[in-house]
Amino acid sequence: MSALLVVIAAALSAVSGLPPLLARKHSRGADLFSAALLVTGSLVGLAAVGTAVAGVGGPPLRLEWHLPGALLEIAVDGLSALFLLPLFVISGLGAVYATSYWPPLRHPRTAPLLRLFYGVTTSAIAIVFVARNSILFLMAWEVMALGAFLMVLTEGRRRDVRQAGWIYITATHTGTLALFALFAIVASLNEGSFHLGLLRAGLASSPAGMAVFWLALFGFGLKAGIMPMHIWLPGAHAATPSHVSALMSGVLIKTGIYGLVRILSLFPDPPLLWGGVLLAFGAVSGVLGVAYALGQHDLKKLLAYHSIENIGIITMGLGLWLGGRSLGEPVWAVLGLAGGLLHVVNHAFFKALLFLGAGSVIHATGTREMDRMGGLLGRLPRTSSTFLVGAVAICGLPPLNGFVSEFLIYLGLLRPATSPGPVAIGAAGAAAALALIGGLALSCFVKAFGTVFLGTPRDPATFRAHEASAMTLPLLILSGLCVFVGLFPFATAPLLNRACLGAGLPADVSRAAPLATLSLVQIAIAAVLLGVSWLLARRLRDDVARRQPLPTWDCGYAAGTSRMQYTSSSFASWSVDLFRWALSPREEKPRFPHPFPAKGHYESHVPDAVLDRILVPAFRRGGWLLSRARVIQRGQMQLYLLYVVIILLVLLWRV
Amino acid sequence: MGTYLASIAIHEILLLFMPPLLLGVINKTKAVFAGRTGPPLLQPYYDLARLFRKGSVFSSTTTWVFRAAPAIGLASGLLAAQFVPLGRHPAPVSFEGDLFLFVYLFGLARFFTATAALDTGSAFEGMGAAREVSFGSLAEPALILGLLVLARLSGSLSLGPMLHDPWSAGWLTRGASLVLVAASWAIVLLAENCRIPFDDPNTHLELTMIHEVMVLDHSGPAFGVILYGASVKLFVLGALLLHLLFPFGQLDPGLDWIGFVAGMVFLAISVGVVESITARLRLSRVPQLLVTASVLSAFGMLLVVR
Repeated sequence: MSALLVVIAAALSAVSGLPPLLARKHSRGADLFSAALLVTGSLVGLAAVGTAVAGVGGPPLRLEWHLPGALLEIAVDGLSALFLLPLFVISGLGAVYATSYWPPLRHPRTAPLLRLFYGVTTSAIAIVFVARNSILFLMAWEVMALGAFLMVLTEGRRRDVRQAGWIYITATHTGTLALFALFAIVASLNEGSFHLGLLRAGLASSPAGMAVFWLALFGFGLKAGIMPMHIWLPGAHAATPSHVSALMSGVLIKTGIYGLVRILSLFPDPPLLWGGVLLAFGAVSGVLGVAYALGQHDLKKLLAYHSIENIGIITMGLGLWLGGRSLGEPVWAVLGLAGGLLHVVNHAFFKALLFLGAGSVIHATGTREMDRMGGLLGRLPRTSSTFLVGAVAICGLPPLNGFVSEFLIYLGLLRPATSPGPVAIGAAGAAAALALIGGLALSCFVKAFGTVFLGTPRDPATFRAHEASAMTLPLLILSGLCVFVGLFPFATAPLLNRACLGAGLPADVSRAAPLATLSLVQIAIAAVLLGVSWLLARRLRDDVARRQPLPTWDCGYAAGTSRMQYTSSSFASWSVDLFRWALSPREEKPRFPHPFPAKGHYESHVPDAVLDRILVPAFRRGGWLLSRARVIQRGQMQLYLLYVVIILLVLLWRV
Repeated sequence: MGTYLASIAIHEILLLFMPPLLLGVINKTKAVFAGRTGPPLLQPYYDLARLFRKGSVFSSTTTWVFRAAPAIGLASGLLAAQFVPLGRHPAPVSFEGDLFLFVYLFGLARFFTATAALDTGSAFEGMGAAREVSFGSLAEPALILGLLVLARLSGSLSLGPMLHDPWSAGWLTRGASLVLVAASWAIVLLAENCRIPFDDPNTHLELTMIHEVMVLDHSGPAFGVILYGASVKLFVLGALLLHLLFPFGQLDPGLDWIGFVAGMVFLAISVGVVESITARLRLSRVPQLLVTASVLSAFGMLLVVR
């Protein structure tokens, strides 16, 4: 039943884009109908998730098709269900948000197309998560990649958007190339069948198994944005409309994580190296992702780099899972996998919340530059308080959901760290990295929330619109989800247990981690925080009521202006300095040669080192080399016929 | 059960009433070193009482975030204290992995204190907030690594049993790594509580200060809550460090409480001595010292992995 429901949901999403395309221009009715279709699709999809988690999902859907290799098989196991959950939550809420964020009235040219691509991409992602046949998987994967590419190009008239689009399409196709090789090898290990089923023991350490691992890390890592394969991610996330960024960051990049888990769980006996490599890649992604995020002053780029950081945390969880399996320690494996997967869901919730919140801010101010914002809290009250919830959650602070998944991973790392043997060093290093990531993420979100919403407006000209209810409702629902998972972590146990089972690991998360106790403690923490705040608020009530319009004291400096506030760049300068060796920030400093200086100008940028310093020069060099091959392209028909004849002869001779 | 409840009650009473005393002891020590009489030992209590009676002024820039932050800071400190055993007595709350909650509660306090500072829209307070969060992110790994060392030594996954008499298994086998962790945590204690050589709780000189500058605009009861919260933080981190410094083993419960109070007073005196005989570090040296703290803890970890 689950499989059928997912197919129905995918079909509804896929056709949801048609009404606006067929209707008259700027038809609000058609647009609302399209959103309703997508929301219905999401609800059907959530029903599929529910049945799969409850264990009444029924058998998989198997159909004959004319492609060789295997049946067309669609199955919803726990792992699929876990990834489908954020997909359907976010695509539905994103569709509601879009009706007022990107209405056809204001964007008559792009809005109908955007609805179409959004629906098709949602549907393709759903199929990626349920396909059990590698050819079907790759077909859906390509549709998803192209749909996302077309959405990135929504504002394709702008140069930076086009560039981000090209980088994305190059990266994703490079990844797909690796996946072709990957699935070919998996099929050869699986006696030529394209069915994705458990492989026999002993294959993992063979050269073919190793090749599968590295190809999966590269191909799926490119999609997920594991450093240094993250190059496409910040640009593409920043260039798209915000509800699309939410879908991309919340769900689309998670298809990479899904692929890694699905493929690596086919091997019953992974070598220890795999776990170690994932742990190391995860730690590097996490620390450098957040370090890059600190250097950004474009709000959406900052959030995009945080996706890299969170993918790093998830990857660390996966590393722990593989390590636990190789060493025969089921509890480590359960904590790592469950923590990583729960972080997949949590990150989807809070990152979608933050991207949608950022969208509302951009909608209201017309800029992505944080250094031109400020003081928006009073003007966007609901957006700002939900953004604050998202910010606290993404920093992994109690009592919200980010803490729960990081807690599981920490607990999983604590066990190897306290067990005998050198494995402890790796685990302790990873735990220290996680602590550093947490601290840096905190600085980054203090900076983001503070510069955007607090203080005084840095550029009063930027404010132009208020918040609309279609845009705040999704924010409220998502922050409610963040609070719910934070306060009732035990409620996620069935989902996680089933997901672990789907990855071939029988698990009981509530026994591996004290989820019920944690739940009580989190509720108590929330109660105490609210209680003390209420007591102080009551004491201050009269003073607040009597307050006079006074400036900030500022050590008695009376002529403070909003331009004197700390900007996002100056706030992060300490942390950026600490990571100067990796970030190599570009600075333009003013020079003051005379005692009475003229106007100065300061600028700092943190461009992506991997893209700018390695890939772009390498591609340029490669392009030059390949241009030598143009010798054979003469544009003369006779020559091409000659080439065809030569190739034919060669083929005839070989075969 | 009865003794357990009694010890929880004493834990909470000490937690609620003792922290400002530590500030008094530190100030008195500094006064003695400077050849002054100094304020009375109980001056911090008088200050708090006075602040709670006063009215407050809010700048028109500030919002509810600014008013909520002091309460959240204090509440997080009090909550974190529930996981730390005082002396050899059990902690009120203890579960597997509570050490991470302990560390992250301080993160929560830092998040809101720094956010409130940005709420004033002043360059001064932005400066302090930027420093606080950057240095805080470096102190966190040191704390976690030190806790991992203790977890490894005790084989326990929760804070209470982990801290219970770490010296009992012999000085020769574990002493080196415990000393390293203690040194690392001493650095963390001074940095997190904005003490010299990292920060100076007494000046508003913007070139060096971190914490004081963040709370410049708070006044009245809210400022009292902040002062009290800061002393609670000193108390909690001090109680944590004390487990490593006092290798006394199990005493009679009543005697142990006295020992704990004496230990905390001794710790406060030591902080006062450090503040009196060292100069503030140049600000750019602060991150280096904090990284050193992490490295010390990491060495402690290496020594216990065999």
